[in-house]
Amino acid sequence: MAEVKEALFSKQNKALLSDPLNDNNPISVQVLGICSALAITVQLKPAVVMSLAVLFVVIASNVVVSLIRNLIPGRIRIIVQLLIVASLVILVDQVLKAYAYDVSKELSVFVGLIITNCIVMGRLEAFALANGPWKSFLDGVGNGAGYALILVIVAVFRELLGSGKLFGIEILGHKAKTLAESTGLYSLGYENNGFMLLSPMALVTVGIIIWVQRSKNRKLIEQH
Amino acid sequence: MDFLRKKFDEIRKPFNPGGKFEKFAPAINSIDTLMFVPKHNTHKGAHIRDGVDLKRVMVTVIFALLPAMLFGMYNLGYQHFSQLGESTAFLDCMIFGAWKFLPMLLVSYGVGLAIEIGFAIYNKHEVNEGYLVSGMLIPLIMPVDFPLWMLAVSVVFAVFIGKEAFGGTGMNIFNPALIARAFAFFSYAPQMSGDKVWVADASTIDAVSGETILGQLAAGAESSWSVLDMFLGYIPGSVGETSVLAILIGAAILIATGVGSWKIMTGVVIGGAAMGLIFNALGLNALMEFPWWQHLLVGGFAFGAVFMATDPVSGAQTEKGKWIYGILIGFFAIMIRVFNGAYPEGMMMAILLMNVFAPTVDHYVIAGNIKKRKKRLKAA
Repeated sequence: MAEVKEALFSKQNKALLSDPLNDNNPISVQVLGICSALAITVQLKPAVVMSLAVLFVVIASNVVVSLIRNLIPGRIRIIVQLLIVASLVILVDQVLKAYAYDVSKELSVFVGLIITNCIVMGRLEAFALANGPWKSFLDGVGNGAGYALILVIVAVFRELLGSGKLFGIEILGHKAKTLAESTGLYSLGYENNGFMLLSPMALVTVGIIIWVQRSKNRKLIEQH
Repeated sequence: MDFLRKKFDEIRKPFNPGGKFEKFAPAINSIDTLMFVPKHNTHKGAHIRDGVDLKRVMVTVIFALLPAMLFGMYNLGYQHFSQLGESTAFLDCMIFGAWKFLPMLLVSYGVGLAIEIGFAIYNKHEVNEGYLVSGMLIPLIMPVDFPLWMLAVSVVFAVFIGKEAFGGTGMNIFNPALIARAFAFFSYAPQMSGDKVWVADASTIDAVSGETILGQLAAGAESSWSVLDMFLGYIPGSVGETSVLAILIGAAILIATGVGSWKIMTGVVIGGAAMGLIFNALGLNALMEFPWWQHLLVGGFAFGAVFMATDPVSGAQTEKGKWIYGILIGFFAIMIRVFNGAYPEGMMMAILLMNVFAPTVDHYVIAGNIKKRKKRLKAA
């Protein structure tokens, strides 16, 4: 059987990478993985770490499942996938505990909950079970990056407007007890927006991202 | 008036179809509507009994708001000067109040209408009058010392997320003015609550205490104001909410013109009274022991019942639904007041909560009616 060999970065494969960033974004279009997007985007640092963790888990589990996809009996495939994802998540959790203990504390239960992150299971079911390892790898990178993109955007807004910082660095100046001692914007009477620290505002921010995206990308608007 | 009309027609020439600024026609049309009459005529043979349009409804609400607003302005000055022990001459109080309140009103209208006009130009429709009332309500339900830029941010949020995201005037599921207040409340809690914000300059002058009655009660203290003060409105509070008398005048205007639903207003009062009676019977703390009928006089209860709950867009539409909607608002408002120490005033939350459930209430009222009629059909 003479199979036509596909280039490593053919048009199709490139689409696997770029689609989840915009037209098929796991958060803003498929509306998956919302819970973690709401929970850990108060600050940028945990959001970035969380993105990396999910990125790793999606890629690794996609590749592993894709490699053994022909060996998995259809009826127990969910259990097998869960096992793979769970062991990868435990790996990530242990690494975080060893090398980034503070962040791991902040992320607390949400690292463990990557196991139930709909994006991971969704990609396994929808893609890795039917495609080869290289394509699955690209798909994992694309979806992990799509998730990371939204998470980082939301976290930038929430940390900047909610506490005036980015990565814990005071961007907008220092807020002291009195107006005279404050620097930067705070000396003008600026105040942080406490609502940004609450999760409803994360939902609103995701909503605004969806609004902006759909008004730019008209084909995403559902016809009724 | 004719010479004004002619003059204005001259000014708006470049905005007419084919003119240089044709694109910005909604901007000039909105000013036109405000000063004269809407520039759209009926083309087909309609059978008009009364020319009630959106503008007239909105302007009626504004007239109804005027007593509360004017008294609110007077009360700003009165609270400030009386706590300082200075003379409380009527004119001094009015001027002080206007000095504090008019900038808030200007910011609210300026920012809100700018966004509305922007959306109208972008979406190529006319600016409609929906914001006229919201823009007036927003400064009336804020504390007097609320910084203007925070007010502007709240207005931006209310118009963008509370209104335009849902499709503009008439499509919003929440009352936009309350969205502005809720946003301000959660975003800038120190400026929106506590005992320092309800009287002008309370945060900078030690002699002035800005505590509201509900704040005192929530802190476990006795209320230090007489019932007559509560009714007439000589108490600290958000700008427009203090005087029950002025609000009742507004209510009379709304009910007489049919703009506001008396069923919702009465429902809110009944619900609040019922919940107040239940808590009076329990009587476990200062807030529970607060007489039920005084609950109806303090805080934003009256203002919310008359001007917020009766919003025809976000409220219930069916006649039976209006009763249920109103009663539940009153019920929840007093419940939140008494049980949740973090929110001394429950009216905002109660109305927003019932805004969410208004369509559900309507749905079941209609379903119940259909069921009843089907039964009647079968019996016949």
